[in-house]
Amino acid sequence: MKITQGTFSFLPELTDEQVKAQIEYALDQGWAINVEYTDDPHPRNTYWEMWGLPMFDLRDPVGVMEEVQACRDAHPNHYIRVGAFDSTRGWETVRLSFIVNRPEHEPGFRLVRQEAQGRNIRYTIESYAVAGRPEGERYGD
Amino acid sequence: METERRYSFGGRTDGDSRPEEPAPEAADEQTQEEAARVVPDDAPVDIEGAFRDSNVQEVLDKLDRELVGLKPIKTRIKETAALLLVDRVRTDVGLPAAVPSLHMSFTGNPGTGKTTVALRMAEILHRLEYIRKGHLVSVTRDQLVGQYIGHTAPKTKEILKKAMGGVLFIDEAYYLHRAENERDYGSEAIETLLQVMENQRDDIVVILAGYKDRMDQFFQNNPGMHSRIAHHMDFPDYTAEELLEISGLMLEEQQYRFSQEAEKTFREYIELRIKRPNFSNARSMRNALDRARLRQANRLFAGGGKGLTKKDLMTIESEDIRASRVFQEAVGDGEGEGTDER
Repeated sequence: MKITQGTFSFLPELTDEQVKAQIEYALDQGWAINVEYTDDPHPRNTYWEMWGLPMFDLRDPVGVMEEVQACRDAHPNHYIRVGAFDSTRGWETVRLSFIVNRPEHEPGFRLVRQEAQGRNIRYTIESYAVAGRPEGERYGD
Repeated sequence: METERRYSFGGRTDGDSRPEEPAPEAADEQTQEEAARVVPDDAPVDIEGAFRDSNVQEVLDKLDRELVGLKPIKTRIKETAALLLVDRVRTDVGLPAAVPSLHMSFTGNPGTGKTTVALRMAEILHRLEYIRKGHLVSVTRDQLVGQYIGHTAPKTKEILKKAMGGVLFIDEAYYLHRAENERDYGSEAIETLLQVMENQRDDIVVILAGYKDRMDQFFQNNPGMHSRIAHHMDFPDYTAEELLEISGLMLEEQQYRFSQEAEKTFREYIELRIKRPNFSNARSMRNALDRARLRQANRLFAGGGKGLTKKDLMTIESEDIRASRVFQEAVGDGEGEGTDER
């Protein structure tokens, strides 16, 4: 099951050229780029680990691509996303965010039922990849 | 032309990926383009057109106009521009053009225009599409060298990332290497720099600047750095005549002018100033003019401000310059040597 999120979630995976072009666009807008990674695919997992510090005052996407590649090398089986932060007053938020790396195999989610008081059933989802395993051991790397 | 290039996206195996087979038209186009690239040897080459398109002349003219003197530097810049242009035309007709190494070192006394030339250089290289963005990131030792073990490399890399696509200007680069302390982190910064200078020549141009003797020393201690820098430019000191011209430009910029008398006095001032210690070429001129403006303002104010015209506000008189300590000390045989000239 392919996890999607962010700006281009409905498109096929971006090629490196396309990622570079998007980063160039973000830099031209004056946004700061940061690279984040995680191995917890839960949709409510909002705060990912940061790969280095956010990159302010860059002009050219080459520097960001280097960081992306370094993060891929270090975490080949993690989700990695690139975020572009707009510091303009009134915005002060992430304007663009997309996934640039994902695990080779994404097993998806299972439905968990919990029997509650009376005959109530509570439903939740749990990732097969996580399934009780600690961070860093979830996608077999 | 962008053909379908599948990129290893962590090797995903999902069914909904993009089509595998390359589009047949795309392949055709490629061979056609390759065929068009085989240009006969006697084909005319439009080097002037390329020159015009790049708008380099405009920057070169600006360089000529705004920078007085510096003959050897200007010649060198023109040569570099010519090389890049020829390379570009060569690629156009399908000849191989190796990416030249354009890292430079600017040596010269203070105030000889190293930073200004670096700025222009960034612009020229950008017009010639050698670098993509054309910005200049100016740093000194503090911004490259860290304070504890393991701090330097990331710090240097961060600066390098900022300078990607542009020019990294390292002022007083000799401070990077401290010969007396072999545990200094400066050498780590140099190593990181060297690596990028070698491997990412098309992403970044590094310009090292500093005083001649200390830079020579620096290169002697870092032969790796010396050999990776193809262009060593030495900025000559300005002559008195050139300094006068520079001062004229500076005044013009600020909408001031010398009275006829003042110009003569200023010429005298320059002659005397050159001989004094701590002389730093154009920078000394700027300081001298700033002080002259101060005295002019004082004079206008003391005069009670009656009957002043716009012309008075713009004119620097001889007495504004004559009040300088340089004149007094020329008579009094160099009293207070070494202190800042007033």
